[in-house]
Amino acid sequence: MFEGLRDRLTGIFRDIRSRGVLGEREVDAALREIRLALLEADVNFKVAKDFIARIRGDIIGIDQAAHLDPSQQVVKAVQAALVELMGGRGAELEKASSGVTTVMLVGLQGSGKTTSAGKLALRLRKRGLRVLLAPADVARPAAILQLKRLAELAGADAFDSEGMKDPVAIVRSAVERAKREHYDYCIVDTAGRMQVDEALMDELRLMKEAALPHEVLLVADAMTGQEAVNLGEAFGEAVGLTGVMLTKMDGDARGGAAVSLRAVTGVPIKLVGVGEKLDALEEFHPERMASRILGMGDVLSLIEKAEAAFEPEAARAMAEKIQRGVFTLETLRDQMLQMRKMGSMSDILSMVPGMGAKMKDVEVDDKEIVRTVAIIDSMTPGERRRPAVIKASRRKRIAAGSGTEVMHVNKVLKQFTQMQKLMRGISKGGKRKQMQMMQQMINR
Amino acid sequence: MVLRFGGKKTGGEHPSEIRDVESGRSRRWLGGFRRGLAKTRASLASTLGVVLSGISRIDPESIGDIEEALYMADIGPVTVEAVLEALRRGEGGGESPAVRVRAILLSLMEHPAQSPPVKGQGPPEGEPEVIFLVGVNGAGKTTTAGKLASRLASEGRKVMFAAADTFRAAAGEQVEVWAERNGCHIVRHQEGADPGAVVFDAIASARARGADVLLVDTAGRLHTKKNLMAELIKLCRVAGRQLPGAPHEILLVLDATSGQNALAQVREFGSALGVTGLVVTKLDGSAKGGVLIGAVHESGLPVRWIGVGEGIDDLIPFDAKAFTDALFEGEPT
Ligand SMILES: Nc1nc2c(ncn2[C@@H]2O[C@H](COP(=O)(O)OP(=O)(O)O)[C@@H](O)[C@H]2O)c(=O)[nH]1
Ligand SMILES: [Mg+2]
Repeated sequence: MFEGLRDRLTGIFRDIRSRGVLGEREVDAALREIRLALLEADVNFKVAKDFIARIRGDIIGIDQAAHLDPSQQVVKAVQAALVELMGGRGAELEKASSGVTTVMLVGLQGSGKTTSAGKLALRLRKRGLRVLLAPADVARPAAILQLKRLAELAGADAFDSEGMKDPVAIVRSAVERAKREHYDYCIVDTAGRMQVDEALMDELRLMKEAALPHEVLLVADAMTGQEAVNLGEAFGEAVGLTGVMLTKMDGDARGGAAVSLRAVTGVPIKLVGVGEKLDALEEFHPERMASRILGMGDVLSLIEKAEAAFEPEAARAMAEKIQRGVFTLETLRDQMLQMRKMGSMSDILSMVPGMGAKMKDVEVDDKEIVRTVAIIDSMTPGERRRPAVIKASRRKRIAAGSGTEVMHVNKVLKQFTQMQKLMRGISKGGKRKQMQMMQQMINR
Repeated sequence: MVLRFGGKKTGGEHPSEIRDVESGRSRRWLGGFRRGLAKTRASLASTLGVVLSGISRIDPESIGDIEEALYMADIGPVTVEAVLEALRRGEGGGESPAVRVRAILLSLMEHPAQSPPVKGQGPPEGEPEVIFLVGVNGAGKTTTAGKLASRLASEGRKVMFAAADTFRAAAGEQVEVWAERNGCHIVRHQEGADPGAVVFDAIASARARGADVLLVDTAGRLHTKKNLMAELIKLCRVAGRQLPGAPHEILLVLDATSGQNALAQVREFGSALGVTGLVVTKLDGSAKGGVLIGAVHESGLPVRWIGVGEGIDDLIPFDAKAFTDALFEGEPT
């Protein structure tokens, strides 16, 4: 169902080459496929319709003589138009010219505001900025406590709203405190609300008046459907948005809401949430989003993630070792630790185009990596260099030392031998190659 | 590296029998829905009812309008195609297009492609019924557990909570508040504790206290996270080992504002765990939850409850007819 747009278009254009022109009929058929791909990705119906009308000309203009696969050209045109529609790269947060910068997070229930507040706080803290979190969600049970815990984790402060029931009063006092104590940022977490709930939308207006925020970010779930348009419109009208944060992007939602939100609000998508941990916050990349919406896999993200995790020095050293045919248990352990830094294996593999479907039946156990590392750590350096000496009694000792069973030790040793063979077949150890190797190992 | 193939199938377990004690509620919901819609002119104008009431014949142009209206309600491409196909074939009787579309949508939900899950054994006499709430982050699991407890208690059942979301900050405290509101006992461990241990202790405690129902609130997870899904399978196994047949019901909580991804959620949670029923939350907004039609049609799973607000009473039994009607709300009368 989620095959890429290109696959679909290929069929339409299959017998076009001989004729050499894109006729009205092919163009309409192609436009229909594009529209369906957008709708499947949850782009709002009206937004999709406008979009199709806009790109019609681009497609008619496609030059058959260019000796390029027309489906490729159409996809390129669609992608370019989507990127344009979604605006530039992820924009940074505003900064007040002086004093405290106040950021207010708004959105529906369960969209991820509180977690995002924690993530923003961590991001700013990492730059050495002082952050005060203002817990103004008095509606959901334990929401305030949740924000306080996240503040601790992020190394930020939380305004103490103990005993305060009025969110407007909380916001006012928190912002006052942030000014008084010279914080760099004050992040206001508000209660989730439905845009049709007039009383709560009024409350939000009052909160905004109290906070006078520099940023009002709509926190929206990447899984949002057609509703994205109503959402963007209503929140925009009520409090004037300055940006969007798109959450839960680490799943397999195609994320058409990004297009809808951008189209109706006109404000940029500033940041995206890609996991439950506090550091899982990334910049928005319209090109990647466009490929994702068109069902073409998030290849760029994958490559970037791999690059970020593989410290170049360590990677080069490892590659050299492998090239020289030195693949020891220590190399294996280091490599596994590197893999873990990239996030869970299954997350990584699900980003590889074509792997999504395969991953359905295959489960890569991250705990397994931890266990393997523990086992290798429990060996003596000599054993790591020459695993052949690890006989029964040593296996028992290693199992006890790593808190595992002998069968686990056996398995690691067996896998190691297999991998060693695999590595010998590899001459160059570039990053790409390493990824491929890993995939092969996983698939066996 | 170790791979496991496939997930444990626990399908075919019995769904809990909860009677619809207040069917008048769904009428109240419809009323609420109508009021909700009246607030937003834009969405009023885009409802199926309005579009369809202006159509008297099925022709290519009106088919386009119907298609548009269906999409606007999050009824995805596959289901839309099925509806249009049925319309072209002349299904839905000789009535007006509006009546026909309504009938077709309803029939998609009432005649699921797959047979509904076989009703298995409930808990043995004197043992607690164990109900798991599962779903993606923020879907409304905890809130649904809290509301469901009130429902079940009003039927005279003794309810208990297991706070098995030990991952999200303050998730345990959130359940605690709902336990207080319901005057129920709760089993809770520290944040970061093993959720399996929570389930184990909670079942033991539910037995010791003679509880009738144990509601297990699990941590939210995206269905693409293999390790987290494996953890959930393990949780079910822990429950089953301790109390054969448990969990007796696995409710997948879906957010009505979500689009086509809900189909993937139903598919993945369904095949991993053997989900026995669905709950759709946040139908008090203007989202119509149209994706549910495809989900029900494809999975054959029953929708047990719908959430229509954040209050303790805002959980009502699902009624396919009322739901379909709500998609058409806004039709001038
Ligand atoms: N309006 C409305 N809000 C709901 C409904 N169900 C849950 N919520 C809200 O959605 C948010 C997330 O719910 P929660 O139960 O914490 O989700 P969980 O992460 O799945 O446990 C909370 O703010 C709830 O109050 C509903 O039916 N209607
Ligand atoms: Mg929860």
